[in-house]
Parts: sequence; structure tokens; C-alpha cells
Amino acid sequence: MKTYTYTEKKDTRSGFGAGLTELGRTNPNVVALCADLIGSLKMNEFIKENPERFFQIGIAEANMMGIAAGLTIGGKIPFTGTFANFATGRVYDQIRQSIAYSGKNVKICASHAGLTLGEDGATHQILEDIGLMKMLPGMVVINPCDYNQTKAATIAIAAYEGPVYLRFGRPSVPIFTPEDQTFEIGKAIQLTEGTDVTIVATGHLVWEALEASKALHEAGISAEVINIHTIKPLDEAAILKSVAKTGCVVTAEEHNVLGGLGESVARVLATNNPTPQEFVGTNDTFGESGTPAQLMEKYGLNSASIIEKAKAVIKRK
Amino acid sequence: MSNIKHLEDICTQVRRDILRQVHKVNSGHPGGSLGCAEFFVALYNDIMDRKETFDMDGADEDLFFLSNGHISPVFYSVLARAGYFPVEELNTFRLINSRLQGHPTTHEGLPGIRIASGSLGQGMSVALGAAQAKKLNKDSKLVYTLHGDGELQEGQNWEAIMYAAGKKVDNLIATIDLNGQQIDGSTDDVLPMGSIKGKFEAFGWTVLEIEEGNNLEAVLEGMAKAKAETGKGKPVCVLLKTIMGNGVDFMMHTHAWHGKAPNDAQLAEGLAQNPETLGDY
Repeated sequence: MKTYTYTEKKDTRSGFGAGLTELGRTNPNVVALCADLIGSLKMNEFIKENPERFFQIGIAEANMMGIAAGLTIGGKIPFTGTFANFATGRVYDQIRQSIAYSGKNVKICASHAGLTLGEDGATHQILEDIGLMKMLPGMVVINPCDYNQTKAATIAIAAYEGPVYLRFGRPSVPIFTPEDQTFEIGKAIQLTEGTDVTIVATGHLVWEALEASKALHEAGISAEVINIHTIKPLDEAAILKSVAKTGCVVTAEEHNVLGGLGESVARVLATNNPTPQEFVGTNDTFGESGTPAQLMEKYGLNSASIIEKAKAVIKRK
Repeated sequence: MSNIKHLEDICTQVRRDILRQVHKVNSGHPGGSLGCAEFFVALYNDIMDRKETFDMDGADEDLFFLSNGHISPVFYSVLARAGYFPVEELNTFRLINSRLQGHPTTHEGLPGIRIASGSLGQGMSVALGAAQAKKLNKDSKLVYTLHGDGELQEGQNWEAIMYAAGKKVDNLIATIDLNGQQIDGSTDDVLPMGSIKGKFEAFGWTVLEIEEGNNLEAVLEGMAKAKAETGKGKPVCVLLKTIMGNGVDFMMHTHAWHGKAPNDAQLAEGLAQNPETLGDY
């Protein structure tokens, strides 16, 4: 079984910051907007190098989304930065009308997504953003798994014409994908080969899925781990191909199971190849204060949960 | 300044177009549309420095954003009469498979439209982005917007109003259609807003007033003055006092025709008050 190791941990938001810095150097049309969270979004370097291409909006996310839409008229490629909660739920109608329906080339970049925001608690821990964004016609939804992939995704979305939601987070997580990777929107990445169960994971749960596959292997269960960094458009072929072999699937995400990746996968399977599926995600609940590790354990978003669900789904075959 | 008689003729024809569009599909918003006919005609036929052809980026030309998208009938008529698309297409207003959706949208690719609007309060933010893109592109042309007075009850406007002054977006002229009416009644009855002029001034805008917003010469003069105020470090607001339903006597001075179409007899009466000038579509 292919195994993954890491020597360094970093936050995915820093991957975004590094990607944005690189775009600042290579693409003169890229502009950045922020609603009073420059440090949290790691936008400092871009701003230092391109002060004229940065727009500090203040604490006014609705205005930020509209301004971003307007900046595209004139050929700019705006990257907006704020927390995932304020980048989606707070401004849903602005995104819907001024960006998605209007077909504007805005990149909505959202940090501190999910429970791993930690101590700030439920007001800031959005677990519904993937659902909100994937329902918008034409919106691309991306949730990369580590620093390198977030950096690559940030660079890749500038070259894609159309609205994109890019979701990343605050905690330091293992860096296990290649530094020099090319990010392909909508192209799943198979991380391990397996025959007994498919594990489809996104974001911070991808590393947990790899940890789970190691433990499952030791228990004599062969798991195929797929990194779905792009939730929409979903790489349906990759999922169907894997499930045709394994006959069951576990989906894992730092998001509500209602409206998340798991439901997207379930739709694909129900339509093409009805298959037993188990869901790792939060279950129609808000988060709460705590350390990221405590929260992920309490809400069952870790390798232990994935192992348990994998064993359960195999029995349902 | 363009020939006033010619512009008056366009206004009369635009009023006919508005009535005929909403009558045909028995839906749409004639009241606010009629009230803004002179503003739109002045803007597209005199005030704006615009190109004859349409492209989304609108480099090196003035841009206009309609924030209160429900007055699409006047927007569509003026765009068509200005040559952006065939006037015959006004026949398709609000019909299935039409580019002339109930509220304006870029989605169907209608020339002249740069943003979807309808859900209120979003247009000024978009205009700010477009205005700042112009500055970044060293494009000295202007950005115009129109907003309803009732629309100012939406909070996003005040985020944008604060930002525009704070960031010195002085290539923007935002016009407020002060007709004092909204769906549920007069703005004073629904939610008294106090002095809109005082509010804009307090936020740091240059504010001009056009007392007779349905007098073409007054609109031309007022908008020319507004243009002269751009480039001075402050965004410019024009308070345009209009009469909802202007030009059709039974529709005037009431919110009753905000979103209601005339029946056959009412259409005939309204058209009789506005004789054909440029030819019906």
C-alpha cells in the first residue's frame, strides 16, 4: 500500500497567501479585496508587493462581493478574502445575484472554514458553506487538503474564467502533497489503491482518511482513498470507477452531512450505481468552542470515525 | 446639448414602449419606469460618453448600472432606442426564452446590461468596483448609477456609501430616484428615512438636487453639473425628484402602479396621452 508521510505542518490559509503572492507577481489582472482580516487570510505579502491592486473594504462583506463583481468589469480578476462564514452565508444573495447569476469572474476565498476554527465557537464555524455554494448554478467549489494543494489551487483558479469558491482553514495540518503539483479543477486524485472500500475525502479530512487507510490495512482491509479537492464539478467518473471495484464508500468532510460532499457522492451513486455509503461529517448541528483537535474528536471528524464507518459500510455490501 | 425636441420625442416614445411592454404580458413595473424616462433618455442620448457597440468591459466609455432593476421597461426601451438591440425585441419582454427578463440580467447576453439587478441594494457596490477598475486602468470615463429611494432602506447601500467617500471614488455619479413611493405606500409611511441629502452629505458626498426630475432640460442641466463635480475627491450624488407614473395622468402621484399593468382601456388612454413619435415597435 502506498503510504504518505510529512515533515512539516502548515495552515492551508498560508498556502492561499503564498499562491496569491505568486499571482501578484505573474498576473497583473489579479486584484485582492479583504474585509478587515488581512493577517488571518495571509494577504500581507501580496499587499506589500501590490498596494495599488489591493482593496481594503472594511467590515462590509456585502459591499465587498459587489465591488468584486464590479472590478471584473474592466478585466480584473478579484480574489476576496474573509472567513468562510462571512464569505457565504452572510452574503448569499450578493453572491447569487451580482456574481453567480451575473457570471462574474470572482474568486471567493474563504478561510477558517469548519470546526477547526476552534475556540471562537459556532458563530464563526460555518459547516454549511459547501452546500450553499454548490447549489449556486455555475459556481465551482474547491476545498484543498494541505498547504501545497491550496497554493496550487489558488494559482489555478486565476486561470479559470468564472466564479469560484475556494475553502481553506486555520489549523496547521500535514503537508503531504507535492510542492510542484499542477492543480486540475474537477480532477480527483487517487491517493491509495484498494479493493474493499472507497474513502472519498475533502479538505482536512483527506489526511485523516490516509491515517485511517493505514490502520485499516493493518486490520486486513484494503481502502482506496480519493482526494476530492473539487466538490463541484464533481469527478463522477473517478468515484464510479473506484466504487465499481470496492462496492462501498465512506465520504468524509468537515461540513454538515446535509448539503455536503457526501450528498453529492450519494446522488452520483444513486443515479448510476446504487452503493452502500456511510457519511463522516457533522450531523445537522452547530459547532462550539474548543481546541480544533477536541472538536474534531467530539464531532467525529477524524481517522477513528472513518475507520468505524469503513468497517460498517463493508458489512452492508 | 442635444436638440430638446428630439429628446422629448424619444421620451414620449419610451413612455409608449413602457406601457405596451407591461400591458402585453400583464406584468412589470410601469410607475417607476415612467418616472425615470427623462433621466434615462438624457443619460443615454446626451450625458454619457458611450460607444455605439457593447462589450462587457466598457473600457474608455462611461458606464451605467441600474440598481433598482424592476424598472426594466424604461431601461430596455432606452437601450433599444439607443441601438443596443432591435426595438422589435421589446415585444418579448418577460416572455419565455427572452433576453428581456423581468429584471435585467447579463445571463441571456442582452447588450447594454452589465450586471443582474432586482434584489435591491446591490448596484452601488458593483458600480464602485467598476469605478475603481477604471482608475486602475487609467480610464478617465465615469460610472453612473440609479437607485430607488425606497431601495436605500437596504443596508448594503450604506456600506457602499461609506466606502465611496472613504476611498474617494470620485468618478461615480449615483442618482437617487426620489419619487417618495414604494410598494406598500409612501416612503414616509413605510419607513421614514429623514433627510437623504443630509445623510449623503454626512457620509462625505457632494450632493446635487434636480427639483424637476421629469423636466428634460432640468435633468440635462443637473446631470451636466454633476459631471462637473467629478474628479474632485468626492463621489457625487444626484437627488432626482420625480413623479411616479409621470406622463400618464391616472398613474401619477401614486404607488398603485408600482407593479401593475394597465388593462386594454387604460393602455389606450395612456397611449392617447403619448402620441407615437419614433414609431412603435
